[in-house]
Amino acid sequence: MKTIKREKEKEQKTSWLAETLVRMVKSPGAKVGTFLFVLMCLICILAPVIAPYGVNEMDLNAMFKGPCREHWFGTDAMGRDILTRLLYGGRYSLALGVCASLFGAAIGIVIGSVAGYFGGIVETIIMRIMDVWSSLPSMLLCILISSALGAGFFNTILALTVGGVPGNVRMIRGQILAERSKEYLEAAESINCSRVSIMFKHLLPNVVSPLIVTTTMGIGSTITTSASLSYIGLGVQPPTPEWGAMLSDARAHILNYPYLMTFPGLFIAVTILAINLLGDGLRDALDPKLRN
Amino acid sequence: MRKYIINRLLWMIVIVIATAFLIFSILYFTPGDPARYLLGTTASEADIAAKHEQMGLNDPYLVQLGRYMYDTFIRFDFGTSWVFEVPVYSELASRLPRTLIIGLFAMVLNVIVGLSLGIFAGTHSGKWQDSLTMAIAMVFVSCPDFWVALMMILLFTARLGWLPAYGIDSWKCYIMPIIASSLGGVANNARQTRSSILEVFRADYITTARAKGQVEKKVVLHHMLPNALMPIITSLGTGLSRIVAGSAVIEAVFSIPGVGQYMLTSVNYRDYPAVRACVLFFAVFAAIVMLLVDLVYAFVDPRIKAKYDSGRK
Repeated sequence: MKTIKREKEKEQKTSWLAETLVRMVKSPGAKVGTFLFVLMCLICILAPVIAPYGVNEMDLNAMFKGPCREHWFGTDAMGRDILTRLLYGGRYSLALGVCASLFGAAIGIVIGSVAGYFGGIVETIIMRIMDVWSSLPSMLLCILISSALGAGFFNTILALTVGGVPGNVRMIRGQILAERSKEYLEAAESINCSRVSIMFKHLLPNVVSPLIVTTTMGIGSTITTSASLSYIGLGVQPPTPEWGAMLSDARAHILNYPYLMTFPGLFIAVTILAINLLGDGLRDALDPKLRN
Repeated sequence: MRKYIINRLLWMIVIVIATAFLIFSILYFTPGDPARYLLGTTASEADIAAKHEQMGLNDPYLVQLGRYMYDTFIRFDFGTSWVFEVPVYSELASRLPRTLIIGLFAMVLNVIVGLSLGIFAGTHSGKWQDSLTMAIAMVFVSCPDFWVALMMILLFTARLGWLPAYGIDSWKCYIMPIIASSLGGVANNARQTRSSILEVFRADYITTARAKGQVEKKVVLHHMLPNALMPIITSLGTGLSRIVAGSAVIEAVFSIPGVGQYMLTSVNYRDYPAVRACVLFFAVFAAIVMLLVDLVYAFVDPRIKAKYDSGRK
């Protein structure tokens, strides 16, 4: 009897995941988004294998070559191959986006669930701090922090993480408030579960689906913010081939060699488009209202 | 209702003061000595010490903080730029109109174009108009604002020669910055409006209104829109603060001597009084926008109004 019950539970759990996947596969947008995103990640991870040139390999005989057979996307002011640099640059941009939004989500989960679960004075204090924290738009906060810490890859991650925390805290707290009065929590409390285990074992799994969606979407907006930061010279610095930094490099040559601007921007746009499509698909797939 | 407004106003003042404290502290604990940076590497120790004294950097943290708060909020004096040695206030005042023009026009575009596109798409849902609008919106949501701005320069300046790429000499110079800084927000807003419209599209009261023979335009504007408005207002709020924050980057692209540009130069020169004033300006601007959003919220949502009206006995 017991085993049957457990099997049933198992079946339900897998069907939850399976159902989400099936929904994802059904929507064409999500399919395209997932495909593009995975493709983008793969070509960036495999950059050393597939890139035709070295990342900082200069060829002074081939400066400012437009797109041609040897250099698909052309070369820049120092004769470096744009395609190669884009592939390597994707590693920085994607890593920035993924790390910063994951860290932001992790910190948001901890603070948000403490605020939502404990309530009372703790909640008030945390939420007031978050109000002040988010009173500066996140781009401004990033500018302040990276100017304080100095530009660079890890400092940019830190700045972007700090910028993303308040939104996540708000969302998690809101979700938990909606769940807090439900019966399974009362049950867990009545059998003397510790608060920490209630918070993380019982409460969090029930509020996790909106978090998945916002974190996915967050990767996209974080990549945009980091590219803007690099463009104004406060993020990742040249000669590191981050996409925004490449755009900043190309700014001086915009009128004569427009392809220098077009391709890095297209890479950013396609990546973010993929992430947005993926996020939209996830949101629809996880939406309990659409589940019958 | 008045109680709610006063409550929100007071809270906004607290937020602004706390933000000023945050800005001051971040810059205070920034590694590096501004005096040494100002005087260059050749300066003698005595010169640097004298400069420290002059800039008031020798005082303890709390004294400096207190002085900054007193100057900013009681005397409304933002200090003198360390690098250019002109009052920050006059510099800010001369740059303010340019940033405000771009910001306000972008916000207006954001609301009007975003809402109409969203309603258009939502009421045509399932047809090609809807798919086309949403596809375009998806593309613009995904493009970074500053890259769109650069591409616009390529098209309208380099190819067509219609609009100037930089400067503030004529009204034409403002066209591209305004459009570039609003496009992402417009697209986002259109998407949000569409999905909110779709949420209420099948509601009973809509069917009732139609059954009574109500004109379609009135059904959309009087029955659907008010009920769909809450999430739209929220997304408007984020869109507006995005415009505020993005102004630094947009101004950098179009070389517009506005507040954002001033902030970036000051950050690079470590001109802290100017940085503090600029960031505070943006914070106040964002706070006002959020206040307006909240007030509109209260105006639209009867629940908030009821909460405060019933509190008064």
